[in-house]
Amino acid sequence: MKNLILTTAVLALSAGMVMADGHGKTIRLGTEGAYPPYNFLNDAGEVAGFERELGDELCKRAELTCEWVTNEWDSIIPNLVSGNYDVIIAGMSITDERDEVIDFTQNYTLPDPSAYIATSEDADLTGGVVAAQTNTIQAAFIAEGGATLVEFATPEETIAAVKNGEADAVLADKAFLLPIAEADADLVLLEQEELIGGGIGLGLRESDAELKEKFNAAITTMKEDGSLNELLTKWEIFGQF
Amino acid sequence: MACYLTTGKHMSIYTSVLTVLLLLGITAPIALAFGFGGATAARSQIAPLRWFGKAYIAIVRGVPDIAFFLFFVIALDQAVEYLRHKVLCPDWEGPIRQGNDFVVCQAAKMPLGNAPQWVHESYGFGLAVLTFAIVFGAFAANVLFGAMRAVPRAQLETAEAYGMSQHQTFWRILVPQMWVYALPGLSNLWMVLIKATPLLFLLGVEDIVYWARELGGTKTPRFTDYPHGDWRMWYFLALLVFYLLFTRVSEIVLARIMSRLTHGQATAGGEAQRKATA
Amino acid sequence: MSCFQTIQDYGLRAIGIGERLLPREDFTLCHQFTLIGSGMIWNIYFGLLALTLGFFLATALAMGKASSRTLFRKPSEWFIFLFRGSPLFIQFFFAYFLFLNLKSVHPFFEPFTAAWLGALVVLFFNTAAYSAEIFYGALLSIPKGDIEAADAYGLSGWSRFTRVIWPTMLRLAWPGYTNEAIFLFHATALVFFSGFPAWQQRGDALYYASYFADKTFNPFVPYPILAFYFILLTLIVIAVFGFVNKRLNRHLPQNTRQKIRLRPNLIR
Repeated sequence: MKNLILTTAVLALSAGMVMADGHGKTIRLGTEGAYPPYNFLNDAGEVAGFERELGDELCKRAELTCEWVTNEWDSIIPNLVSGNYDVIIAGMSITDERDEVIDFTQNYTLPDPSAYIATSEDADLTGGVVAAQTNTIQAAFIAEGGATLVEFATPEETIAAVKNGEADAVLADKAFLLPIAEADADLVLLEQEELIGGGIGLGLRESDAELKEKFNAAITTMKEDGSLNELLTKWEIFGQF
Repeated sequence: MACYLTTGKHMSIYTSVLTVLLLLGITAPIALAFGFGGATAARSQIAPLRWFGKAYIAIVRGVPDIAFFLFFVIALDQAVEYLRHKVLCPDWEGPIRQGNDFVVCQAAKMPLGNAPQWVHESYGFGLAVLTFAIVFGAFAANVLFGAMRAVPRAQLETAEAYGMSQHQTFWRILVPQMWVYALPGLSNLWMVLIKATPLLFLLGVEDIVYWARELGGTKTPRFTDYPHGDWRMWYFLALLVFYLLFTRVSEIVLARIMSRLTHGQATAGGEAQRKATA
Repeated sequence: MSCFQTIQDYGLRAIGIGERLLPREDFTLCHQFTLIGSGMIWNIYFGLLALTLGFFLATALAMGKASSRTLFRKPSEWFIFLFRGSPLFIQFFFAYFLFLNLKSVHPFFEPFTAAWLGALVVLFFNTAAYSAEIFYGALLSIPKGDIEAADAYGLSGWSRFTRVIWPTMLRLAWPGYTNEAIFLFHATALVFFSGFPAWQQRGDALYYASYFADKTFNPFVPYPILAFYFILLTLIVIAVFGFVNKRLNRHLPQNTRQKIRLRPNLIR
């Protein structure tokens, strides 16, 4: 499936609209568009967020022409290996099981701790009901612990579940929960945090070693000149390089 | 308020309504064609063709559409690229399956790697149409197969008695008459097709339900100019009204077509119509 | 680990018996077959119960829609239109939302937010509406002579309904109803996919299939397995309904017996 229709997402980078005649094809960046602050759709319906700015900058440094596409989280890896886009840039943690199937660049965030959000400080995290999005590392983490796991299809529904009392707490990436806790007076971020998953990296096909190197080099330059740290601060994402 | 309803995202949901309608409009005739082909194959004299027709109907109908959508589009896309690869790059040396990767030469990519975004979108849309058509074609085949058998045998025997060939009997007698028997089933199929559109996002087309979810979800002030709580309820309510209206309009139109088709047919409905006008 | 062991561990995982944790590595075909099969328990549970309950409501609705009294006719018509006119997807969403709100009103509604009851109610109403439309169509096509004969025998009211109208209606509606049954089973796959949350990783066949697709990143194994199970289920449904059809038509002369023709009159 040549995914999707991001109505908007055509983006020609600073290299200009000149259709990349010199260096070949357009690189397609696949993201989810539903995970602020990493990636989300802004009011205009365009991909925005930390990864949007990061991706644009990386493409500029690597002298690539890039465009953005969105894809459902569930099929984001199958569509990459099947060649419908070339890079996954979707807040994807580097894990061993994923690494067996695709390749990752070096991480561009430090491991983001997962945090709990609940309606009160004394939510029962060990024996109570904890919500998570289906098929996430957080869901797997709760399943192994003592709490009762309840899985929802979207992150939105997990938050709703806590607010209406279906679940005692939600476990998710801290950067995702932070703005929600700030905006909603009923919800508090608990102090307990869990370190699951590694940092986030770009996902690429294993056969695309050349592209991977280009992006790795670009990430390194961004780490060295501090521009990556600026972006991290701007989007309030945990950790600095 | 007016500003809120005209943000780029809201424009997307309005466009997606058109996308859905367009998809329905294109899919229906193609599915019907598939159905016709399937039904004809299933009653063919040639055994392999008959088996193929029957297997197509049985297998595709036996599987929930949602399960089918989850893997079929990727398979379809790979199949297309595989075929193009074989034709366009005969001297490619590397294997196509490298570990988990599916790699074809650049020229075989569908669409080409440097194609503009709208080509990618149309291709995705085309794949979605094809997948829908294959699934609903199986149902249509089943309906038409039944309808062909429902045409009274006497009609066909009369045609033979007049010296028509099998080919002629099929096209001149069977096909024109079967529609009236097929229409109730086909109209239901149409209703089902309408109600399957929320599954479009599985095929990579961002449909109305996708946008309703996206727009209705809680928005925190940091990421939008219009923060709000969980409004999914209202967006889904709008969708509900949309679907109910669409169903109602379809019902009225289909009832009209039915009364047209019944006209002059040797069925109870046709008889009633004849009496009413007499 | 032998496949037999796997079946022991995971065969009933979908209802919470057996290993607590799902397999996390070395996914064998045996794992996938066992767990997805285990999930089928839920699909069968939802399908069977909704179908059985829906059958009775559908009869009532069909009689209501055919009734001459507006008091009965209008509500039936609206019920059927509402459930046939909207996607199941949206019905699940609203039902879950409604049950959540009812729960805060009265604790009686507590279990409704869980799939085993909440989703069952939605599927029950849904299939009732679709079947009612089929039954209604059949009701209208009952030969006039049958009803006149019943009158002549002095049957009236309840006994006329149970002995003449109802059996004839069923006989006429059966082929369409068979299709509805098949589609209801397919619809059960939507329960955990979009509507209701899955507790402690107990889900239906599609839930486990997508679990494996997510873990192995390969959709080409688990989904076809799921498809295989559903084709099997469909074949069983067709066989059972065909058997009932035979019984319903057993009084008819051999050559006029209505073969079960899978001509969908009404499908979802």
